[in-house]
Amino acid sequence: MVFMETPDDYILKVSNLSVEISNQQIIDNVTFKIKRGISLAIVGPNGAGKTTLFRALLNLVPYKGKIEWGAKVKIGYVPQILSVRDVPISVREFLSYKNESVQDMKAALASVGLDSEAIIDKSLATLSGGEMRRVLIAWAIVDNPDVLLFDEPTTGVDLDSEEAIYGMLKKLTVKNKITLLLISHDLHIVREYSDYALALNKCVVFFGESKDVMDPATQKLIYGEPICKEFGEAYV
Amino acid sequence: MSEAVLYSLVVGATVGLAAGYLGSIMVLEKMALVGDALSHVALPGLALGVLFNFNPLVGGFAFLFVSAVLIWHLGRVTKLSFETLVGATFTLALAIGILLFGDNLDALEEALFGDITKVGAIEAVVAVIISVAVIALTRLIYRKIVLGLISEELAISKGISIARNNLLYLLLVSLTVAVGIQITGTLLVGFLVVTPAAAAKTISANMSRYLLLSSIFGAISAVSGILMSSYFNILPGPLVVISGIAIFVIVIIIRWRKKFTY
Repeated sequence: MVFMETPDDYILKVSNLSVEISNQQIIDNVTFKIKRGISLAIVGPNGAGKTTLFRALLNLVPYKGKIEWGAKVKIGYVPQILSVRDVPISVREFLSYKNESVQDMKAALASVGLDSEAIIDKSLATLSGGEMRRVLIAWAIVDNPDVLLFDEPTTGVDLDSEEAIYGMLKKLTVKNKITLLLISHDLHIVREYSDYALALNKCVVFFGESKDVMDPATQKLIYGEPICKEFGEAYV
Repeated sequence: MSEAVLYSLVVGATVGLAAGYLGSIMVLEKMALVGDALSHVALPGLALGVLFNFNPLVGGFAFLFVSAVLIWHLGRVTKLSFETLVGATFTLALAIGILLFGDNLDALEEALFGDITKVGAIEAVVAVIISVAVIALTRLIYRKIVLGLISEELAISKGISIARNNLLYLLLVSLTVAVGIQITGTLLVGFLVVTPAAAAKTISANMSRYLLLSSIFGAISAVSGILMSSYFNILPGPLVVISGIAIFVIVIIIRWRKKFTY
C-alpha cells in the first residue's frame, strides 16, 4: 500500500489489483480510482470479492498490483461482524480505544443520532442491532477520518432503522466531506444513498452512476455470468 | 502467625492480584481450560530443579514459557486451536514430570499441591516484583488484545500485531503461574487465573470493573485460603480453590437475586 506523495483530486487509486487466497483467485486485475468526497458502493454476488477488496485496501491481505491512498489520508473502517456479546465493555471504553477525548466521543455519538449521555456507559452487549451499528459508525468517525469503509453497515438491523442509518450516513459524509466506500447487497440502498457503484465479480463488471444500477441490463452485468474482459475507464 | 505464613500471605495477595488481572483476558479469550492445563506443564521443570539442585520455580517457569511459545508457534503453523494443542501436550508433561520425580514423593506432593512453609523473604520480594511487572505489562497490551478479540480486522487495521501481543501475554501467564505454584501447586494454580475472572465477569458491565473485581477476587481467594491453611494446618492449594469457588457461588447468587444483566 502506498501513500501518494503528490496530492491530486484522487483519494484512492487501485491499479491491476489481484488477490489470491489458498490458490484461489478472489480478485482479478481490478483497476479504479475515486476522487475525494464521493460515495462509492461496491456491489456484486456472494463470493465476488467485495470484502476481500476492503481487506486489501486496508492492507489486511497480501495482494498483487498497486493501491495508492492520498497523502495523509485517515481511514475509518467498520467490519461486518464484531464479537462483543461475550466482552464486558462499555461504549465509552470501546470508543476510548480510538480517541480518549470524552467530548469527541459524545460528539460522534450525537452525530449518529444517539443520546450520548444515555448510551455512553451502557455495555456494548446490551445494545440493539440498530444502536450497535450506530455506535460502530461513531467508532469509525470519532477520530475524524477522511475515508470511511463500511462492510454491509446495516447487517442485523430492521428495514426502518436501515433507511435511517443510511440517511444519517449520507448526511454525515456530505457534511464532513468524507469519502465513503460501502459494500451493500441492496441495490435500492445503493441507488438512493451512493453516488457511484462498482460491481465486482472477481473483476470489475460494471462501473457507473448508482442511479443506473436498477436497470435490467446493468443487473444482468452485475449478477450474470462474469466476463472478465478488460474494463474501460473506471474513475470518478 | 509464623514468618512463613506472613510471607505466603504477601505472595498469595500479590500473585492473586496479578493472576486475577491477567486471567480476565484468558476468560474473554475462552481459554479458561488452556490456563488451567498449561500450568501442569511446569511439572517436569520443577522435577529437574529438584533433581539438579536449582530453584524448581525457575525450571517450572522455563518449561511453561518454552511450552507456551511452542504451542503458540504450532497454533500459527497448524491453525489448530490452543485448546487442542494444550490438550495434547499437558498430559504428556504431567507424565514426564511424575516419572522424573521418581520415588521422591514429598517433592512431588509439594510440586503438585504447593507448600507455604518453604516461602521466605526472598520469595515474597520476588513475587511482589513479578506481580507488579505482570500487572504493568498486561495493562500495556490489554486494550490491544481486547480490540483483537472484538474484531481481528479492527485491531490489524490499527497496526496492532496480535501475534506479538499474544506471545507477550503467554510469557506473563507463565511468570504468574510459576510464582503461584508455591502457594497452590501445579495442579491447582490454573484456578487462580480462571475462577476469579469468571466470577468478576458475571457481575461486570464494563472493563474497568471487570479487571478490578477479578484482581480483588484473586487476592481474596489466595489470602483466605492461606489463612485457613495455617489455621487448620493443611495444604493451602485446595483451600485457595475452595475460597475462590465460595466467592464464585456468592457472586452467582447476587446476580440471580438482583437479576443483574449486562
